[in-house]
Formats: sequence, structure tokens, C-alpha cells
Amino acid sequence: MIQSTPRDTFKRVRDMPPPVLTIGVLGWLRTNLFSSAANTVLTLFAVYLLYVAIPPVINWAFIAADWVGTSREDCTGGGACWVFVLARLNQFIYGFYPDAQQWRVNLAFGLLIALFVPLFVRSFPNKTWLGFFLLFGYPIIAFVLFYGGVLGLPLISTDQWGGLMLTLIISAVGMVASLPLGVLLALGRRSEMPIVRAFSVAFIELWRGVPLITVLFMSSVMLPLFLPEGVTFDKLLRALIGITLFESAYMAEVVRGGLQAIPTGQYEAAKALGLNFWKSMLLIILPQALKLVIPGIVNTLIALFKDTTLVIIIGLFDILGAVESAIKDPSWLGYAVEGYVFAAFIFWIFCYGMSRYSQGLERKLSTGHNR
Amino acid sequence: MKTLKSLAASVVLLTLSIAVAQAATLDTVKQRGHVQCGVNTGLPGFSFPDDRGKWSGLDVDVCRAIAAAVFGDAGNVKFTPLTAKERFTALQSGEIDVLSRNTTWTTTRDTSLGLNFAGVNYYDGQGFMVKKSLGVNSAKDLGGASVCIQAGTTTELNLADYFRSRNMKYTPITYDKAAETVAGFDAGRCDVLTSDQSQLYALRIQLKDPGGAIVLPEVISKEPLGPVVRQGDDQWFNVVKWSLFAMLEAEDMGVDSKNVDDMKANSKNPAVRRLLGLEGIGGKGLGLPNEWAYNIVKMVGNYAEAFDRNVGTGSKLNIARGINALWKDGGLQYAPPFR
Repeated sequence: MIQSTPRDTFKRVRDMPPPVLTIGVLGWLRTNLFSSAANTVLTLFAVYLLYVAIPPVINWAFIAADWVGTSREDCTGGGACWVFVLARLNQFIYGFYPDAQQWRVNLAFGLLIALFVPLFVRSFPNKTWLGFFLLFGYPIIAFVLFYGGVLGLPLISTDQWGGLMLTLIISAVGMVASLPLGVLLALGRRSEMPIVRAFSVAFIELWRGVPLITVLFMSSVMLPLFLPEGVTFDKLLRALIGITLFESAYMAEVVRGGLQAIPTGQYEAAKALGLNFWKSMLLIILPQALKLVIPGIVNTLIALFKDTTLVIIIGLFDILGAVESAIKDPSWLGYAVEGYVFAAFIFWIFCYGMSRYSQGLERKLSTGHNR
Repeated sequence: MKTLKSLAASVVLLTLSIAVAQAATLDTVKQRGHVQCGVNTGLPGFSFPDDRGKWSGLDVDVCRAIAAAVFGDAGNVKFTPLTAKERFTALQSGEIDVLSRNTTWTTTRDTSLGLNFAGVNYYDGQGFMVKKSLGVNSAKDLGGASVCIQAGTTTELNLADYFRSRNMKYTPITYDKAAETVAGFDAGRCDVLTSDQSQLYALRIQLKDPGGAIVLPEVISKEPLGPVVRQGDDQWFNVVKWSLFAMLEAEDMGVDSKNVDDMKANSKNPAVRRLLGLEGIGGKGLGLPNEWAYNIVKMVGNYAEAFDRNVGTGSKLNIARGINALWKDGGLQYAPPFR
């Protein structure tokens, strides 16, 4: 007879809990921040740096800051004087555009947003036509609204345009015009026709070889000297043309990178289907190539957006120009930091927005190849 | 169809504004309906846009005076903000009618650029600013001082000349930008700050304690600033020149924007009556209405008013009249007789 002894009885023993120091917040801290003596020192140092840097910034920008008022006498908190930015906000956004006509700017940008948003909605019908209208119809409407002179709208000459509005106009025109031009130049550079190729290479290398600042100087200082006396081009238009040509050279090289990444088999397959050059490009090659170089294109567009601040050297008041002009105002001396922080914040919003949009676009157009 | 046509017209207007080349500027201006005036992109006291985009300043007032003379309305003027590099091109190419942008009158500019200086609306010159606590009242006592200065400017050369010619020693402390220079002075890095006098006053209000610094009376260089026009259009040259003179003559005669109507109605002084167009040649020689000078004084004011309002005691800059006083007060401002 087998008698079971207490020794043989199966006894359930609970698992020991993991050591406290390896789980939860403590565990995370230990593995990530305090895993060695050196890491501990670095962590403590970083915490110290944050402690030194962050509270004063928060205090300056929010707690001790002044928000309400009309003059510098209202800035008594010792922190940032946002009163200055708020008092000049109208000029930062519209430049010298007359108050009574600013609804035209609002309407034009509102319309742009209203036309743009449906493009994001997946189920929206007739997106192609909307896109076409946005590219070809909208600029005419926007021009009429901004410039006026027709339909009973008073004429607002371009020297009164300024601020954020001018920044957006320059960058939008630069972006929309430089992309197709860049694609054409990229195709031209890979063309087998010697004249087309030579022209494209010369164009790209010329414009890529000079700084934007010299292009703007040429357009505003030299060009008028070549024209007969009394014949003058609008200064803004000169800057726009200069920026567009300059950026299209960069765009061309980005697009060329994409074209070169497409396997030869795709070109041959397009030919085998009997497609002519333009059809094979538009239907087979470019859709793949452009998708590949979205990060490069957006990179160029963000650079273009920030480059628009250079127009200040030809006396156009973009948002940075408006800020720089405002900080020289004797009644607001000493608030330069607030002005620049505001300008930087606006630029960050737009650049970050573009960056997010491009990432979304990449995900949407992704058709494999992802790891 | 009409809308389409006017749209096309406005596109053309935007891209290519063709003035009749070589035509008299005065006729072009009259036809266009406004004076196109080149100004500084932002120099408080001389030309500066306020938060509504309204330009003000001593240079701006010259433009407004020309508009008042030509149109009888000082508002018929548009401003083109120009950087230092663009200014002469803009004038030469006809983009602007007159350049009133704190531009120093020099031989080279007057003779080789195809331009004419129509007068001097502000006599500037390099000066010195010191802290009151230094106890110095004249630049002659500055031997051995350390001097804050902007690098690579003519002020640097003028300073060297001034000290060398007087056998005085100094220590230059150079900065790249005006803002850094004034910060260095404020922090006590140097005893003296040197720059153009008008600049010194503008920099002084940026100090922590503006009252604790004084600008010394000595001026060591000549910087006559004035409006500029294209060479070869004497009629327009005269209009600009005499618009400026009218402001000076009005101050000389004691006519200002407040009493001008009273003067016009009651004054027996023949010089005043000639200035206000009641007798004498009036505006005939200039191709302007007879009351052109009356309009300037009425709408812009005389030179003293413009000076006080923009750079003088009525402004934050608080610049003393100094050599910009009228000749009879010991200054250099002088208008030829109106007869």
C-alpha cells in the first residue's frame, strides 16, 4: 500500500513577484535612466539643466507675462510683453493692407481652406476637378481679391501687401509654380535631345549655383537698369519670378532623384504597352517617382517657405520684416525678443503643418515596399 | 466682358507700368495722381511706418510737402520703402519720383550717378555720446577714452582722423551692429559711443537710463542729408527744391500750420504775401498753383513744426535743433528769398 506522505503532495506555490525595482515606473527609470553610474550622472545633469531652463521660460512667457493693454506702460509684470505683439498683430498679419479691405484677404484665405479641406476627405466626389480649380481657377480669384481694381473693389497696390499674408502669397506662388517647372526641367535633363538637355543642365546649374539673396538683388537692383527708363516691373512680381526660377532648379534635382530610382523595367514596360513619351511619363513613371521623393519635395518647400524672409532685403515687409520694423518703433523699444519669438512660432506652425501633411501623404500613397 | 477687360488691364498695370520715358516728371506725377516717394524701410524720426502703416518722419514730410505743392493734398503720396543698396537704382529706373531717404550728399553721388541733390533737410554729422557720470562736456577732453564703435563704417575712419589730428589716444571697441554697440555702452564696456548724431539720439532712448547719457556738442564729420531727384529734369528738380525751401521760409517768416490762414487773410508783410501766393510770381515758374506754398504750410507745417514733431522736442528722439536751426538762430538752414 502506498501511503501518501505530506512530502509527496503537490503543493501550489505562488510565483514570487518580480523584484520591485524591475517593474513599473521604478523599473523603467532604472533600465532607462539609471542603468549605470555614468547614466545616472547624465540623467541628473539633464534634470538639472531642465530645472534651470524650463521654469524661467515658463515664467517669462506665461506667468509673469502681460497680455492686456495698449501701450508699453501696460507691461509691468516683468515677463514677456505680449501686449506688443497683440498691438501690432494686425500689421504682422496684413502688413499695410487697409483695414476696411482686409475682409478680402480673409475671404481669399478662407476660400483656400474651404477648397483644400475636401481634398483630404476620402469620399468627396470629383476631387480631380476640385484640384484643377484650386490650381488654375483659384489663383485668379485670389489675385482679383488681393489686387482689386475690378468689380468695384478698390485697387490695393502690392507695396501695401505685407506680413503673414505676403509670406503666404510668396511661398504659395513659389511652391505651385516651381513644382511643375521643376518636373519639366528634371525630364529635360534626362532627355535624349541634346538642346533640351543642354538647356536644362545650364538652367539648373546656373540657378542652383547662385544664392537666393543675389537673385533677389539682381531682380530688384540690376533688372530695372536693363529696362528702358520709365518701364518698371512690380517689385513683388520680380521677387516672385526670381524665387520661382530659383526653387524650380532645386525641385528639378529632387525630382530627377526620383526618376533615377525607377527601375528600367518600368520604362520598358511602358514602351511595350505602346505608350508615347508623355503618356508613359504621366501614367507610369512620374506617379511612382514623385511618390518616392515626397520627403525631398517637402524639404525643398519648407526651405522655400523660410527663404521667403529674404525678401526683406529688397524692402518687402513679410512677417519677419513687419516684426523687425515694429521693434524699431520708439514707443515699443526693447521688446525684440517677443517679436522674434512670435515670428518663430508662426513659422514653426506652418513648417510643422507641412511636415505632418507630407507624412500623411506618404502613408496614403504607400503601396508596399514598406518594411 | 468689361470686367474681363479691366481685369486684363489691372494685370498689365501690375506687371508693366510704362511711364512715358523721358517725359517731364511733374506731368507724369500729375497724370498718375500721386507722388511716388522712396523712403527708408524704417528709421524712427526720419521715415517709419506706424502700426496702421501710416508713414511719418522728417524725410516723409518732405514727400508730403511735395504732394501738397503739386496736388494741394499732402495725402497724394505713396511710399516705396527702399534699402540702402536699392535706393539709387529705384530712382534711376523711374520707379520713384523722388528719393527722400536720409541720403548723404557727396560729390560722387551728385556727379556720377545721374542724380541731383535738391537740398538738405537735415544736417547730420558724427558725434559722441558719454555717460553724465564721466563728467566730460567736450570731445576735446576725451583723450585716453575707450570708444564703442560699429566696425567697417566711415565713422571708424572719421574717429581715427579726429583723434590723430589732436594727438589724443583712444581704445576702439568695435561691434558689428548698432544694437550690440549700444548694449556694450550700456554695460560700461566703453566710456564713449560714437555714431551719426541723429543715430546717437535714437540709440540713447534704448539705454536703460536715457537721462544718464549726453550727446556732446562736437560734430566731427559732415553728413548733409537731403532729397534726391533724377538729373536732367530741371522742372521737377525745382519743385522738390522749392518745396523744401517753402518749409524753411515759412519758419523764417513765422508762418506755421496754425496761423497760416490768419496770415493769408491779414498779413501785410510782402514776403509772407509772396510766400502764400497772394502776390509775386506764385507758382507760375514751377508749373504749380499759386497757393502751392500755402498748401505745404497748411498741410505739413513749416520746418520747425516738422522737426519738432518727428525728431525734436515733440518726439521721443528729443534732438536739439543745433546746426539745423535757421541761419538767423545760428544754424545752417537757409532758404533763398521768395520773390
